[in-house]
Amino acid sequence: MISRLEIQETNRMIEESRLDVRTITMGISLLGCAGSDPDAFNRSVYERITSKAGNLVEAGDEIGRQYGLPIVNKRISVTPIAIAASGLIGDPEDGGEDSLERAAEIYAGVARTLDRAAKASGVNFIGGFTALVQKGSTFGDRALMRAIPRALAETERVCASVNAGSTRGGINMNAVRRIGRMLIEMAELTKDRDAIACAKFVAFCNAVEDNPFMAGAFHGTGERDAVINVGVSGPGVVKRALEEVRGADFETLCETVKRTAFKITRVGQLVAQEASRRLNVPFGIIDLSLAPTPEVGDSVAEILIEMGLEQPGAPGTTAALAILTDNIKKGGVMASSCVGGLSGAFIPVSEDHGMIGAARAGALTLEKLEAMTCVCSVGLDMVAVPGDTPAATLSGIIADEMAIGMVNNKTTAVRIIPVPGKTVGDEAVFGGLLGSAPVMRVNPFGCAGFIERGGRIPPPIHSFRN
Amino acid sequence: MRGIITVLGKDQVGIIARVCAYLAGGGINILDISQTIVQGYFNMLMIVDMTGRCFDETAAGLDALGRDIGVTIKLRHEDIFNTMHIV
Repeated sequence: MISRLEIQETNRMIEESRLDVRTITMGISLLGCAGSDPDAFNRSVYERITSKAGNLVEAGDEIGRQYGLPIVNKRISVTPIAIAASGLIGDPEDGGEDSLERAAEIYAGVARTLDRAAKASGVNFIGGFTALVQKGSTFGDRALMRAIPRALAETERVCASVNAGSTRGGINMNAVRRIGRMLIEMAELTKDRDAIACAKFVAFCNAVEDNPFMAGAFHGTGERDAVINVGVSGPGVVKRALEEVRGADFETLCETVKRTAFKITRVGQLVAQEASRRLNVPFGIIDLSLAPTPEVGDSVAEILIEMGLEQPGAPGTTAALAILTDNIKKGGVMASSCVGGLSGAFIPVSEDHGMIGAARAGALTLEKLEAMTCVCSVGLDMVAVPGDTPAATLSGIIADEMAIGMVNNKTTAVRIIPVPGKTVGDEAVFGGLLGSAPVMRVNPFGCAGFIERGGRIPPPIHSFRN
Repeated sequence: MRGIITVLGKDQVGIIARVCAYLAGGGINILDISQTIVQGYFNMLMIVDMTGRCFDETAAGLDALGRDIGVTIKLRHEDIFNTMHIV
Protein backbone atom coordinates (compact mmCIF):
# COMPACT_ATOMS: atom_id res chain seq x y z
CA MET A 1 0.00 0.00 0.00
CA ILE A 2 1.21 3.44 -0.88
CA SER A 3 1.76 5.68 2.11
CA ARG A 4 0.09 8.99 2.69
CA LEU A 5 3.46 10.75 2.41
CA GLU A 6 4.19 9.17 -0.95
CA ILE A 7 0.83 10.29 -2.27
CA GLN A 8 1.43 13.80 -1.06
CA GLU A 9 4.89 13.78 -2.61
CA THR A 10 3.48 12.82 -6.00
CA ASN A 11 0.72 15.41 -5.82
CA ARG A 12 3.25 18.06 -4.89
CA MET A 13 5.53 17.08 -7.79
CA ILE A 14 2.72 17.58 -10.27
CA GLU A 15 1.09 20.64 -8.78
CA GLU A 16 3.97 22.63 -7.33
CA SER A 17 7.08 21.40 -9.08
CA ARG A 18 5.72 21.27 -12.63
CA LEU A 19 6.31 17.56 -13.20
CA ASP A 20 5.20 16.88 -16.74
CA VAL A 21 5.87 14.67 -19.69
CA ARG A 22 7.70 16.97 -22.04
CA THR A 23 6.96 15.18 -25.27
CA ILE A 24 5.40 12.14 -26.85
CA THR A 25 7.14 11.84 -30.19
CA MET A 26 5.99 9.39 -32.82
CA GLY A 27 8.79 8.21 -35.07
CA ILE A 28 7.53 7.29 -38.53
CA SER A 29 9.55 5.58 -41.25
CA LEU A 30 9.15 7.13 -44.68
CA LEU A 31 11.28 4.53 -46.44
CA GLY A 32 8.14 2.92 -47.87
CA CYS A 33 7.24 6.20 -49.59
CA ALA A 34 10.43 6.25 -51.66
CA GLY A 35 10.02 6.75 -55.40
CA SER A 36 11.15 9.03 -58.19
CA ASP A 37 8.08 11.22 -58.72
CA PRO A 38 8.01 14.19 -56.32
CA ASP A 39 4.23 14.62 -56.45
CA ALA A 40 3.58 10.97 -55.69
CA PHE A 41 6.21 11.02 -52.92
CA ASN A 42 4.72 14.10 -51.29
CA ARG A 43 1.22 12.61 -51.44
CA SER A 44 2.44 9.36 -49.97
CA VAL A 45 4.39 11.12 -47.18
CA TYR A 46 1.39 13.26 -46.26
CA GLU A 47 -0.94 10.27 -46.16
CA ARG A 48 1.47 8.15 -44.17
CA ILE A 49 2.12 10.80 -41.53
CA THR A 50 -1.51 11.86 -41.13
CA SER A 51 -2.77 8.28 -40.98
CA LYS A 52 -0.15 7.14 -38.45
CA ALA A 53 -0.22 10.26 -36.26
CA GLY A 54 -3.81 11.35 -36.82
CA ASN A 55 -4.76 10.41 -33.26
CA LEU A 56 -1.47 11.32 -31.59
CA VAL A 57 -2.56 14.67 -30.15
CA GLU A 58 -5.95 13.39 -29.04
CA ALA A 59 -4.41 10.32 -27.38
CA GLY A 60 -1.77 12.48 -25.66
CA ASP A 61 -4.42 14.83 -24.31
CA GLU A 62 -6.57 11.93 -23.10
CA ILE A 63 -3.63 10.38 -21.25
CA GLY A 64 -2.90 13.77 -19.71
CA ARG A 65 -6.47 13.99 -18.46
CA GLN A 66 -6.49 10.41 -17.20
CA TYR A 67 -3.40 10.86 -15.08
CA GLY A 68 -3.86 14.55 -14.30
CA LEU A 69 -0.40 15.13 -15.71
CA PRO A 70 0.43 17.69 -18.40
CA ILE A 71 1.79 16.22 -21.63
CA VAL A 72 3.28 19.35 -23.04
CA ASN A 73 4.21 18.46 -26.61
CA LYS A 74 3.11 15.96 -29.19
CA ARG A 75 5.58 15.65 -32.04
CA ILE A 76 6.60 13.60 -35.04
CA SER A 77 9.99 12.51 -36.29
CA VAL A 78 10.54 10.97 -39.72
CA THR A 79 13.27 9.16 -41.62
CA PRO A 80 16.01 11.60 -42.66
CA ILE A 81 14.64 13.20 -45.81
CA ALA A 82 18.05 13.08 -47.52
CA ILE A 83 17.63 9.28 -47.44
CA ALA A 84 13.87 8.87 -47.89
CA ALA A 85 13.66 11.37 -50.76
CA SER A 86 16.96 10.57 -52.47
CA GLY A 87 15.14 8.88 -55.38
CA LEU A 88 13.41 12.14 -56.31
CA ILE A 89 16.49 13.85 -57.61
CA GLY A 90 17.55 11.10 -60.02
CA ASP A 91 21.08 10.50 -61.11
CA PRO A 92 22.90 13.82 -60.94
CA GLU A 93 25.26 13.24 -63.85
CA ASP A 94 26.37 16.83 -64.11
CA GLY A 95 26.20 17.52 -60.36
CA GLY A 96 26.67 21.21 -61.08
CA GLU A 97 25.17 24.24 -59.40
CA ASP A 98 22.02 24.24 -61.56
CA SER A 99 21.26 20.65 -60.87
CA LEU A 100 21.93 21.14 -57.14
CA GLU A 101 19.54 24.09 -57.14
CA ARG A 102 16.79 22.06 -58.85
CA ALA A 103 17.25 19.22 -56.38
CA ALA A 104 17.14 21.66 -53.45
CA GLU A 105 13.83 23.03 -54.70
CA ILE A 106 12.40 19.51 -54.80
CA TYR A 107 13.53 18.93 -51.20
CA ALA A 108 12.07 22.28 -50.13
CA GLY A 109 8.76 21.00 -51.55
CA VAL A 110 9.07 17.96 -49.29
CA ALA A 111 9.58 20.29 -46.32
CA ARG A 112 6.35 22.08 -47.22
CA THR A 113 4.58 18.71 -47.29
CA LEU A 114 5.98 17.84 -43.85
CA ASP A 115 4.73 21.18 -42.55
CA ARG A 116 1.23 20.55 -43.92
CA ALA A 117 1.21 17.05 -42.42
CA ALA A 118 2.34 18.42 -39.05
CA LYS A 119 -0.43 21.01 -39.07
CA ALA A 120 -3.05 18.45 -40.11
CA SER A 121 -1.93 16.15 -37.28
CA GLY A 122 -1.93 19.02 -34.77
CA VAL A 123 1.67 18.49 -33.64
CA ASN A 124 3.83 21.52 -32.91
CA PHE A 125 7.03 20.26 -34.54
CA ILE A 126 8.08 17.63 -37.05
CA GLY A 127 11.75 16.62 -37.20
CA GLY A 128 13.72 14.79 -39.82
CA PHE A 129 14.60 17.28 -42.53
CA THR A 130 17.96 15.76 -41.97
CA ALA A 131 21.19 14.68 -43.65
CA LEU A 132 23.74 12.31 -42.14
CA VAL A 133 27.08 13.35 -43.59
CA GLN A 134 29.59 12.50 -40.86
CA LYS A 135 31.98 10.82 -43.26
CA GLY A 136 31.00 12.35 -46.57
CA SER A 137 28.01 13.67 -48.43
CA THR A 138 26.03 12.41 -51.40
CA PHE A 139 24.59 14.71 -54.01
CA GLY A 140 21.25 14.39 -52.20
CA ASP A 141 22.82 15.36 -48.87
CA ARG A 142 24.29 18.49 -50.40
CA ALA A 143 20.98 19.35 -52.06
CA LEU A 144 19.18 18.93 -48.74
CA MET A 145 21.67 21.17 -46.97
CA ARG A 146 21.17 23.75 -49.69
CA ALA A 147 17.40 23.47 -49.17
CA ILE A 148 17.49 23.80 -45.36
CA PRO A 149 17.60 27.64 -45.13
CA ARG A 150 14.65 28.23 -47.43
CA ALA A 151 12.76 25.21 -46.01
CA LEU A 152 13.04 26.50 -42.44
CA ALA A 153 12.21 30.06 -43.48
CA GLU A 154 9.13 28.99 -45.46
CA THR A 155 7.72 26.47 -43.02
CA GLU A 156 6.54 26.86 -39.45
CA ARG A 157 6.89 23.46 -37.81
CA VAL A 158 9.65 21.65 -39.70
CA CYS A 159 12.94 21.07 -37.87
CA ALA A 160 16.19 20.23 -39.61
CA SER A 161 19.45 18.68 -38.56
CA VAL A 162 22.78 17.64 -40.01
CA ASN A 163 25.02 15.04 -38.42
CA ALA A 164 28.45 16.28 -39.35
CA GLY A 165 30.64 14.08 -37.19
CA SER A 166 30.91 10.81 -35.31
CA THR A 167 33.44 8.98 -33.18
CA ARG A 168 33.73 6.29 -35.82
CA GLY A 169 33.64 8.52 -38.90
CA GLY A 170 35.48 11.64 -37.84
CA ILE A 171 34.30 15.16 -38.66
CA ASN A 172 33.19 16.20 -42.13
CA MET A 173 34.75 19.64 -42.18
CA ASN A 174 33.28 20.42 -45.61
CA ALA A 175 29.86 20.04 -44.02
CA VAL A 176 30.91 22.10 -40.98
CA ARG A 177 32.08 24.89 -43.30
CA ARG A 178 28.82 24.69 -45.23
CA ILE A 179 26.73 24.81 -42.02
CA GLY A 180 28.38 28.09 -40.99
CA ARG A 181 27.25 29.63 -44.27
CA MET A 182 23.82 28.03 -44.00
CA LEU A 183 23.31 29.64 -40.58
CA ILE A 184 24.07 33.09 -42.00
CA GLU A 185 21.61 32.44 -44.84
CA MET A 186 18.91 31.17 -42.44
CA ALA A 187 19.40 34.24 -40.25
CA GLU A 188 19.12 36.56 -43.24
CA LEU A 189 15.97 34.88 -44.55
CA THR A 190 14.24 35.22 -41.17
CA LYS A 191 15.86 38.46 -39.97
CA ASP A 192 12.41 39.96 -39.30
CA ARG A 193 11.85 37.21 -36.68
CA ASP A 194 15.24 37.31 -34.93
CA ALA A 195 16.55 34.50 -37.17
CA ILE A 196 14.06 31.94 -35.95
CA ALA A 197 15.05 29.52 -38.72
CA CYS A 198 18.35 28.96 -36.87
CA ALA A 199 16.39 27.92 -33.76
CA LYS A 200 14.89 25.05 -35.77
CA PHE A 201 18.25 23.68 -36.91
CA VAL A 202 20.82 21.55 -35.08
CA ALA A 203 24.28 20.42 -36.13
CA PHE A 204 25.17 17.10 -34.47
CA CYS A 205 28.10 14.87 -33.73
CA ASN A 206 27.08 11.29 -32.89
CA ALA A 207 23.38 11.99 -33.50
CA VAL A 208 21.07 9.37 -32.02
CA GLU A 209 18.30 7.69 -33.99
CA ASP A 210 15.62 7.71 -31.29
CA ASN A 211 15.81 11.22 -29.87
CA PRO A 212 12.29 12.52 -29.13
CA PHE A 213 13.40 16.14 -28.54
CA MET A 214 13.41 18.90 -31.11
CA ALA A 215 14.99 20.35 -33.09
CA GLY A 216 17.20 17.29 -33.57
CA ALA A 217 14.68 14.44 -33.69
CA PHE A 218 14.67 12.07 -36.64
CA HIS A 219 13.55 8.47 -37.09
CA GLY A 220 16.65 6.37 -37.69
CA THR A 221 16.91 3.80 -40.44
CA GLY A 222 17.52 1.11 -37.82
CA GLU A 223 14.11 1.76 -36.29
CA ARG A 224 10.73 0.10 -36.81
CA ASP A 225 7.92 1.35 -39.08
CA ALA A 226 6.56 3.53 -36.31
CA VAL A 227 7.48 3.93 -32.68
CA ILE A 228 6.54 5.99 -29.63
CA ASN A 229 9.39 7.74 -27.84
CA VAL A 230 8.78 9.76 -24.72
CA GLY A 231 10.79 12.60 -23.24
CA VAL A 232 10.21 13.11 -19.55
CA SER A 233 11.19 16.22 -17.69
CA GLY A 234 11.00 17.76 -14.27
CA PRO A 235 13.86 20.09 -13.36
CA GLY A 236 11.49 21.64 -10.82
CA VAL A 237 11.04 18.29 -9.09
CA VAL A 238 14.81 17.75 -8.81
CA LYS A 239 15.29 21.28 -7.50
CA ARG A 240 12.57 20.78 -4.88
CA ALA A 241 14.13 17.49 -3.77
CA LEU A 242 17.52 19.15 -3.41
CA GLU A 243 16.03 21.87 -1.21
CA GLU A 244 15.45 19.12 1.35
CA VAL A 245 19.17 18.24 1.49
CA ARG A 246 20.64 21.73 1.43
CA GLY A 247 24.20 21.67 2.77
CA ALA A 248 24.45 17.87 2.82
CA ASP A 249 27.50 16.07 1.41
CA PHE A 250 27.94 14.95 -2.21
CA GLU A 251 26.91 11.35 -1.58
CA THR A 252 23.56 12.61 -0.27
CA LEU A 253 23.26 15.02 -3.18
CA CYS A 254 23.87 12.24 -5.72
CA GLU A 255 21.49 9.88 -3.99
CA THR A 256 18.73 12.51 -3.95
CA VAL A 257 19.06 13.26 -7.67
CA LYS A 258 19.09 9.54 -8.43
CA ARG A 259 15.98 8.78 -6.40
CA THR A 260 14.12 11.71 -7.92
CA ALA A 261 15.13 10.74 -11.47
CA PHE A 262 13.79 7.25 -10.78
CA LYS A 263 10.38 8.59 -9.85
CA ILE A 264 10.20 10.99 -12.80
CA THR A 265 11.17 8.25 -15.21
CA ARG A 266 8.59 5.83 -13.86
CA VAL A 267 5.90 8.36 -14.71
CA GLY A 268 7.33 8.65 -18.23
CA GLN A 269 7.29 4.88 -18.57
CA LEU A 270 3.63 4.78 -17.53
CA VAL A 271 2.68 7.42 -20.08
CA ALA A 272 4.77 5.79 -22.81
CA GLN A 273 3.12 2.42 -22.30
CA GLU A 274 -0.32 3.96 -22.28
CA ALA A 275 0.40 5.97 -25.45
CA SER A 276 1.76 2.87 -27.14
CA ARG A 277 -1.38 0.92 -26.22
CA ARG A 278 -3.82 3.60 -27.31
CA LEU A 279 -2.10 4.31 -30.61
CA ASN A 280 -1.23 0.68 -31.30
CA VAL A 281 2.35 1.69 -32.03
CA PRO A 282 5.29 -0.03 -30.28
CA PHE A 283 6.99 1.77 -27.40
CA GLY A 284 10.56 2.73 -28.23
CA ILE A 285 12.47 4.56 -25.54
CA ILE A 286 12.25 6.97 -22.66
CA ASP A 287 14.59 9.92 -22.91
CA LEU A 288 15.63 10.95 -19.40
CA SER A 289 16.77 14.44 -20.28
CA LEU A 290 15.92 17.19 -17.86
CA ALA A 291 14.49 19.79 -20.22
CA PRO A 292 13.82 23.27 -18.88
CA THR A 293 11.22 25.77 -20.07
CA PRO A 294 11.31 29.55 -19.72
CA GLU A 295 8.93 29.27 -16.72
CA VAL A 296 10.22 29.96 -13.22
CA GLY A 297 10.53 26.68 -11.30
CA ASP A 298 11.26 24.67 -14.45
CA SER A 299 14.93 25.42 -14.79
CA VAL A 300 18.17 23.40 -14.85
CA ALA A 301 20.04 26.55 -13.81
CA GLU A 302 17.97 26.67 -10.61
CA ILE A 303 19.20 23.14 -9.78
CA LEU A 304 22.82 24.24 -10.22
CA ILE A 305 22.17 27.22 -7.95
CA GLU A 306 20.48 24.95 -5.39
CA MET A 307 23.62 22.78 -5.43
CA GLY A 308 25.52 25.79 -4.13
CA LEU A 309 26.62 27.87 -7.10
CA GLU A 310 26.00 31.60 -7.05
CA GLN A 311 25.28 31.50 -10.79
CA PRO A 312 25.59 28.87 -13.54
CA GLY A 313 28.97 29.51 -15.11
CA ALA A 314 30.72 30.02 -11.77
CA PRO A 315 33.70 27.75 -11.03
CA GLY A 316 32.27 24.36 -10.05
CA THR A 317 29.54 24.48 -12.68
CA THR A 318 30.97 21.71 -14.83
CA ALA A 319 31.32 19.43 -11.81
CA ALA A 320 27.77 20.22 -10.67
CA LEU A 321 26.40 19.48 -14.13
CA ALA A 322 28.38 16.23 -14.29
CA ILE A 323 26.79 15.13 -11.00
CA LEU A 324 23.35 16.02 -12.29
CA THR A 325 23.72 14.26 -15.64
CA ASP A 326 25.25 11.10 -14.24
CA ASN A 327 22.75 10.64 -11.44
CA ILE A 328 19.77 11.29 -13.67
CA LYS A 329 21.03 8.41 -15.80
CA LYS A 330 21.64 6.14 -12.82
CA GLY A 331 18.16 6.71 -11.42
CA GLY A 332 16.45 6.62 -14.79
CA VAL A 333 18.06 3.44 -16.04
CA MET A 334 16.77 1.62 -12.97
CA ALA A 335 13.26 2.91 -13.68
CA SER A 336 12.89 1.85 -17.30
CA SER A 337 14.29 -1.00 -19.32
CA CYS A 338 14.23 1.08 -22.50
CA VAL A 339 16.20 4.25 -21.92
CA GLY A 340 17.59 5.98 -24.97
CA GLY A 341 17.66 9.24 -26.87
CA LEU A 342 19.93 11.87 -25.42
CA SER A 343 19.24 11.27 -21.70
CA GLY A 344 21.06 13.82 -19.58
CA ALA A 345 20.49 17.48 -18.86
CA PHE A 346 19.76 20.12 -21.45
CA ILE A 347 21.32 23.52 -20.97
CA PRO A 348 19.61 25.71 -23.57
CA VAL A 349 20.21 29.34 -22.85
CA SER A 350 17.01 30.85 -24.23
CA GLU A 351 14.68 28.22 -22.76
CA ASP A 352 15.85 28.53 -19.16
CA HIS A 353 15.31 31.77 -17.25
CA GLY A 354 18.20 30.93 -14.90
CA MET A 355 20.62 30.49 -17.79
CA ILE A 356 19.38 33.74 -19.34
CA GLY A 357 19.99 35.49 -16.03
CA ALA A 358 23.49 34.03 -15.76
CA ALA A 359 24.35 35.10 -19.30
CA ARG A 360 23.05 38.62 -18.62
CA ALA A 361 25.03 38.82 -15.38
CA GLY A 362 28.19 37.85 -17.25
CA ALA A 363 28.55 34.63 -15.25
CA LEU A 364 27.93 32.39 -18.22
CA THR A 365 30.13 32.75 -21.27
CA LEU A 366 30.23 30.81 -24.50
CA GLU A 367 33.53 29.26 -23.44
CA LYS A 368 32.12 28.05 -20.10
CA LEU A 369 29.07 26.67 -21.89
CA GLU A 370 31.41 24.74 -24.16
CA ALA A 371 33.12 23.22 -21.12
CA MET A 372 29.72 22.30 -19.67
CA THR A 373 28.79 20.48 -22.87
CA CYS A 374 31.58 17.98 -22.17
CA VAL A 375 29.45 16.54 -19.36
CA CYS A 376 25.85 17.30 -20.28
CA SER A 377 23.69 15.42 -22.70
CA VAL A 378 23.93 17.67 -25.70
CA GLY A 379 25.75 20.88 -26.42
CA LEU A 380 25.57 24.56 -27.19
CA ASP A 381 21.84 24.98 -27.32
CA MET A 382 19.80 28.06 -28.22
CA VAL A 383 22.74 30.41 -27.97
CA ALA A 384 22.24 33.82 -29.59
CA VAL A 385 25.35 35.54 -30.95
CA PRO A 386 25.88 38.86 -32.77
CA GLY A 387 24.48 39.00 -36.29
CA ASP A 388 27.85 40.04 -37.72
CA THR A 389 29.58 36.85 -36.51
CA PRO A 390 31.46 35.52 -39.57
CA ALA A 391 30.35 32.18 -41.06
CA ALA A 392 33.85 30.77 -40.46
CA THR A 393 33.60 31.61 -36.75
CA LEU A 394 30.23 29.83 -36.51
CA SER A 395 31.86 26.85 -38.24
CA GLY A 396 34.75 27.04 -35.78
CA ILE A 397 32.36 26.93 -32.82
CA ILE A 398 30.63 23.93 -34.40
CA ALA A 399 33.96 22.20 -35.12
CA ASP A 400 34.97 22.58 -31.44
CA GLU A 401 31.71 21.03 -30.31
CA MET A 402 32.00 18.20 -32.85
CA ALA A 403 35.52 17.49 -31.60
CA ILE A 404 34.26 17.20 -28.00
CA GLY A 405 31.63 14.72 -29.15
CA MET A 406 33.97 12.74 -31.38
CA VAL A 407 36.79 12.37 -28.88
CA ASN A 408 34.55 11.72 -25.87
CA ASN A 409 32.27 9.29 -27.69
CA LYS A 410 29.17 11.31 -26.83
CA THR A 411 26.46 13.23 -28.61
CA THR A 412 27.12 16.91 -28.96
CA ALA A 413 25.11 19.48 -30.84
CA VAL A 414 25.07 23.14 -31.74
CA ARG A 415 21.97 25.27 -32.08
CA ILE A 416 23.35 28.76 -32.47
CA ILE A 417 21.57 31.85 -33.72
CA PRO A 418 23.43 34.77 -35.29
CA VAL A 419 20.77 37.44 -34.83
CA PRO A 420 20.85 40.04 -37.64
CA GLY A 421 21.20 43.62 -36.50
CA LYS A 422 21.79 42.66 -32.87
CA THR A 423 24.91 42.66 -30.79
CA VAL A 424 26.16 41.75 -27.31
CA GLY A 425 23.65 42.80 -24.65
CA ASP A 426 20.69 42.86 -27.01
CA GLU A 427 17.86 40.39 -26.66
CA ALA A 428 16.66 37.91 -29.28
CA VAL A 429 13.01 36.92 -28.87
CA PHE A 430 11.72 33.67 -30.38
CA GLY A 431 8.51 33.21 -28.43
CA GLY A 432 6.77 30.19 -26.92
CA LEU A 433 8.92 27.29 -25.77
CA LEU A 434 11.94 28.69 -27.62
CA GLY A 435 11.96 31.68 -25.26
CA SER A 436 14.34 34.60 -25.59
CA ALA A 437 18.09 34.90 -25.28
CA PRO A 438 20.63 37.61 -24.56
CA VAL A 439 23.12 37.94 -27.40
CA MET A 440 26.40 36.52 -26.10
CA ARG A 441 29.93 37.59 -26.83
CA VAL A 442 31.91 35.57 -29.33
CA ASN A 443 35.71 35.42 -29.28
CA PRO A 444 36.67 38.04 -31.90
CA PHE A 445 39.76 36.23 -33.17
CA GLY A 446 39.23 34.48 -36.49
CA CYS A 447 39.61 30.88 -37.63
CA ALA A 448 38.90 31.22 -41.36
CA GLY A 449 42.28 29.75 -42.35
CA PHE A 450 41.46 26.61 -40.35
CA ILE A 451 37.89 26.21 -41.60
CA GLU A 452 38.77 26.89 -45.24
CA ARG A 453 41.06 23.85 -45.37
CA GLY A 454 38.06 21.61 -46.01
CA GLY A 455 38.15 17.81 -46.05
CA ARG A 456 37.64 15.47 -43.12
CA ILE A 457 39.16 15.17 -39.67
CA PRO A 458 39.84 11.44 -39.30
CA PRO A 459 38.36 9.63 -36.29
CA PRO A 460 40.39 9.40 -33.09
CA ILE A 461 42.58 6.42 -32.28
CA HIS A 462 40.16 5.03 -29.72
CA SER A 463 37.50 4.61 -32.41
CA PHE A 464 39.43 1.53 -33.61
CA ARG A 465 37.93 -0.83 -31.10
CA ASN A 466 37.47 -3.99 -33.11
CA MET B 1 -9.22 1.10 -12.60
CA ARG B 2 -8.95 2.73 -9.20
CA GLY B 3 -8.44 6.30 -8.18
CA ILE B 4 -6.91 7.78 -5.06
CA ILE B 5 -8.56 10.82 -3.50
CA THR B 6 -6.77 12.98 -0.96
CA VAL B 7 -8.57 15.56 1.14
CA LEU B 8 -6.51 18.03 3.15
CA GLY B 9 -7.56 21.06 5.13
CA LYS B 10 -8.79 22.53 8.38
CA ASP B 11 -11.24 20.22 10.12
CA GLN B 12 -14.93 21.11 10.13
CA VAL B 13 -18.30 19.41 10.33
CA GLY B 14 -19.43 17.43 7.28
CA ILE B 15 -16.31 17.03 5.12
CA ILE B 16 -16.66 13.25 4.80
CA ALA B 17 -20.40 13.52 4.31
CA ARG B 18 -20.12 15.98 1.45
CA VAL B 19 -17.32 14.12 -0.33
CA CYS B 20 -19.16 10.81 0.02
CA ALA B 21 -22.43 12.37 -1.14
CA TYR B 22 -20.68 13.76 -4.21
CA LEU B 23 -19.19 10.36 -5.04
CA ALA B 24 -22.47 8.57 -4.43
CA GLY B 25 -24.20 11.07 -6.70
CA GLY B 26 -21.80 10.09 -9.46
CA GLY B 27 -22.25 6.39 -8.78
CA ILE B 28 -18.62 6.02 -7.69
CA ASN B 29 -17.99 3.22 -5.21
CA ILE B 30 -15.66 3.87 -2.26
CA LEU B 31 -13.34 0.90 -1.69
CA ASP B 32 -11.36 2.12 1.29
CA ILE B 33 -11.05 5.16 3.53
CA SER B 34 -8.39 6.18 6.00
CA GLN B 35 -8.62 9.41 7.90
CA THR B 36 -6.66 11.25 10.57
CA ILE B 37 -6.81 14.64 12.25
CA VAL B 38 -3.50 16.15 13.26
CA GLN B 39 -3.69 19.32 15.36
CA GLY B 40 -6.99 20.32 13.81
CA TYR B 41 -6.01 19.47 10.26
CA PHE B 42 -8.14 16.95 8.45
CA ASN B 43 -6.30 14.43 6.26
CA MET B 44 -8.28 11.78 4.37
CA LEU B 45 -7.28 9.16 1.83
CA MET B 46 -9.88 7.32 -0.21
CA ILE B 47 -9.56 4.57 -2.77
CA VAL B 48 -12.43 4.61 -5.24
CA ASP B 49 -13.51 2.47 -8.16
CA MET B 50 -13.27 4.58 -11.32
CA THR B 51 -14.11 1.87 -13.82
CA GLY B 52 -15.97 3.47 -16.70
CA ARG B 53 -15.72 6.93 -15.14
CA CYS B 54 -14.15 10.04 -16.59
CA PHE B 55 -11.11 10.98 -14.50
CA ASP B 56 -10.76 14.61 -15.44
CA GLU B 57 -14.45 15.44 -14.98
CA THR B 58 -14.62 13.77 -11.57
CA ALA B 59 -11.32 15.40 -10.55
CA ALA B 60 -12.61 18.82 -11.62
CA GLY B 61 -15.88 18.25 -9.72
CA LEU B 62 -14.01 17.27 -6.57
CA ASP B 63 -11.70 20.24 -6.94
CA ALA B 64 -14.69 22.57 -7.09
CA LEU B 65 -16.31 20.82 -4.11
CA GLY B 66 -13.06 21.24 -2.16
CA ARG B 67 -13.02 24.96 -2.88
CA ASP B 68 -16.60 25.20 -1.72
CA ILE B 69 -15.85 23.39 1.55
CA GLY B 70 -12.51 25.11 2.06
CA VAL B 71 -10.26 22.04 1.76
CA THR B 72 -8.03 20.67 -1.00
CA ILE B 73 -9.37 17.59 -2.78
CA LYS B 74 -7.32 15.75 -5.39
CA LEU B 75 -8.17 12.69 -7.43
CA ARG B 76 -5.52 10.79 -9.36
CA HIS B 77 -5.20 7.47 -11.11
CA GLU B 78 -3.78 4.83 -8.78
CA ASP B 79 -1.22 3.75 -11.39
CA ILE B 80 0.69 6.99 -11.13
CA PHE B 81 1.44 6.36 -7.44
CA ASN B 82 2.18 2.69 -7.91
CA THR B 83 4.63 3.22 -10.75
CA MET B 84 6.40 6.03 -8.96
CA HIS B 85 6.79 4.45 -5.53
CA ILE B 86 6.77 0.67 -5.92
CA VAL B 87 9.83 -1.00 -7.44
